[in-house]
Amino acid sequence: MACNSSTCNSSGCYKGYEEEEQPKPNTKAAVNGGNSCQNLCVKCKVNEPVCCGIGGENSRFCKDCFKNNLYGKFKQAVTYNAMITPPDKVLVAFSGGTSSRVVLQFVHEMQYKAQKNYDANKDKSLPVFGVGVAFIDESSTHSFTSLHIEKAIEDIRLIVSNLAPPSKELFVVPIESIFSSDGIDGKERLKELLDAVSDVTGKEDLLIRLRILLLQKIASENGYTRIVLGTCTSRIACHVISATVKGQGYSLSADIQYVDSRWEIPVVLPLRDCPAQELNTLCSLDGSLKIVELLNGPCSGINGLVSSFVKVLQEENPSRECTIVRTAGKLTPFHFNRVPEIHDSNVPSATRRHQKRYTLKPNGSLSSDSFCPICSSPLKKSNFPSSLRSHGNQQNPDLIASACSSCQFQILPKDPSLMEEFLSVLPQQMITKAKHGDQGDFSLLREQIQEFLLSDGENEI
Amino acid sequence: MEADSKPKKSGARLCCVCTQNRAALKRPKTLEQICRECFYAVFEEEIHQVILENQLFKPGERIAIGASGGKDSTVLAYVLSELNRRHNYGLDLFLLSVDEGITGYRDDSLETVKRNELQYGLPLKIVSYKDLYGWTMDEIVKMIGLKNNCTFCGVFRRQALDRGAALLKVDKVATGHNADDIAETVLLNILRGDIARLSRCTSIITGEDGPIPRCKPFKYTYEKEIKLDYFSTECIYSPNAYRGFAREFIKDLERIRPRAILDIIKSGEDFRISTTTKMPEQGTCERCGYISSQKWCKACVLLEGLNRGLPKLGIGRTQGLNSDGKKDRKRDSRTPSIESKQCGSLEF
Repeated sequence: MACNSSTCNSSGCYKGYEEEEQPKPNTKAAVNGGNSCQNLCVKCKVNEPVCCGIGGENSRFCKDCFKNNLYGKFKQAVTYNAMITPPDKVLVAFSGGTSSRVVLQFVHEMQYKAQKNYDANKDKSLPVFGVGVAFIDESSTHSFTSLHIEKAIEDIRLIVSNLAPPSKELFVVPIESIFSSDGIDGKERLKELLDAVSDVTGKEDLLIRLRILLLQKIASENGYTRIVLGTCTSRIACHVISATVKGQGYSLSADIQYVDSRWEIPVVLPLRDCPAQELNTLCSLDGSLKIVELLNGPCSGINGLVSSFVKVLQEENPSRECTIVRTAGKLTPFHFNRVPEIHDSNVPSATRRHQKRYTLKPNGSLSSDSFCPICSSPLKKSNFPSSLRSHGNQQNPDLIASACSSCQFQILPKDPSLMEEFLSVLPQQMITKAKHGDQGDFSLLREQIQEFLLSDGENEI
Repeated sequence: MEADSKPKKSGARLCCVCTQNRAALKRPKTLEQICRECFYAVFEEEIHQVILENQLFKPGERIAIGASGGKDSTVLAYVLSELNRRHNYGLDLFLLSVDEGITGYRDDSLETVKRNELQYGLPLKIVSYKDLYGWTMDEIVKMIGLKNNCTFCGVFRRQALDRGAALLKVDKVATGHNADDIAETVLLNILRGDIARLSRCTSIITGEDGPIPRCKPFKYTYEKEIKLDYFSTECIYSPNAYRGFAREFIKDLERIRPRAILDIIKSGEDFRISTTTKMPEQGTCERCGYISSQKWCKACVLLEGLNRGLPKLGIGRTQGLNSDGKKDRKRDSRTPSIESKQCGSLEF
């Protein structure tokens, strides 16, 4: 039973989460007033520190070392997970906030360095990876004045144009283009779709899904091979809690890895090890890292509650977010949580060997995961309704039955008579996914038995 | 998602189950409008289903109900004895109560448990900290203050329950942990980084490989529903109205979406945790013979601290004792100390 004592500070009691007898780290990012005995940056020991990492007093950095520390985490994530290789074209999802600004900056700097090496190198064997930027305009779901959104887009254009050379293509795409019909049609349909979802949390989560689908669409239509998100430790910590609270414990591990190849274009999270607090500090220190404030409104419902909860925990103990992510990191990932094998012979074999070593091994047998058509979360086999077994019969009722329990509760309409209408306004991609969900696994299966397959005409030995 | 309410008729709403009586309550789990009789019926029936589906009991088993005198265990005692009678489980039920030796608190709760004994006709056995360990909680708090007292109490109670159960020669212990408790434990294990506990904490039966298995028939029962009609007592060492962060969060969650509590438990059951992160190897305590993964069981470590006037021993991550336990024992044999009873005298 829960300990109800407010006076108890024991290790078994979670009231204050002070399970270690350690002084609470100071979380204020402040200029060193000379009170502490350490007046030097902990890293270079030369400059005066100007800010703190989440380690508080133990991590006072000067501006350069602070940035390098963060960039180092980014670089390591990219290298260890073989996120970006020379022939890739990388699409950076840009929302205007600090995380996406930082990830865009870091990707640019990595590209810039690669370009410099390329230029200096006589043997132009390794091409530099390409970078594009995508901004999704969600103004049709909010009540911004068009002036506000136009100014924001202008600012974004400026930011991207300043990040050259190498130059980067910018895609500004309204969210309603997910329906592959722009203009009034798309807006109307989007409004109808969102209005059909009565649960506030369901609405927010559906919008997130639409965003991802749209990014996939942009990437695929323009030849991009990777999508980079600026998702940071803090965002992942919130997702861990909110997924738990929504009953999505099984699929949780799929969403929080460095790489997510469920999709046609793999999605990578190079800022996974960077706490939001440090990213914010970096942006405030570095004047060139301008962010674009787009007040999409605070999250409400479950997502908002979880966000405040994690914030409170974080204030109480600054390493809480990291602990949450580390715990969830111990959950077994899925076979798609790694980059697909590189078969391109242009990529040096060293890179390919490196990738083989560091990417996650597939989890045991060929998993025949099926996915929820709405949120793409892998479904636990025992939750599988038997009606889905028949591939041939692809009528709409199968789509409803094949959705995960969370989407069934918070997104799909309760009233069966409204279902038909709801399905007619869903984006085509979601309906198609329900039909062809298993084909991804067939290609994986094929990949694994390729060497044993004899083509017609070959003689058996 | 709000449950659909029928349009208000002139007068009262009707119970959604029997549609005869006036609805007197709103069910916390489902927000249905329901009359008292139907509430009791559906409440008890759901627990009966949980018992059947999870095969918690076998006919002829001796079951000890962990009875604290609090609302959960009082309701548990009532429900189990009622279902045992109604559905012929064939169980031999007992009440097992632990006397921590907290003046004022335990006196009230023990009164409640004695009342339960009479009300439900269940034999009562009381096991006291004083008998088992030589210390009451009052004495412990006098020694160590109000910091870490819950650690002592928790560890001692757990063992006390097992030892009492062994004395009674029972086959299983049933405790009143409810859905809110389990949901809270899932969240706390995520926050604390305890992946091993996380993989076990949603199990409805635990300790099957130990001396006495325990089960939680209230795993899917909401705390609010248990409270709906029952008297609750709170420990005097905890001023009223305090809640931990996680509990507060769960209450807020329940307000927005009642089913979230069950969803947390479902997530806990579905987490993909590799089977290699299981319990550490079970050995036995060198001092008293109780099961322990370390040289000395937690209770012995804590007692050693109390007896030596080192109240911090065994609190927090660093456990200095187990490594040099052997060395210190020599010294101790000269100074008189109160040790826990040798478990060799109890049959596990």
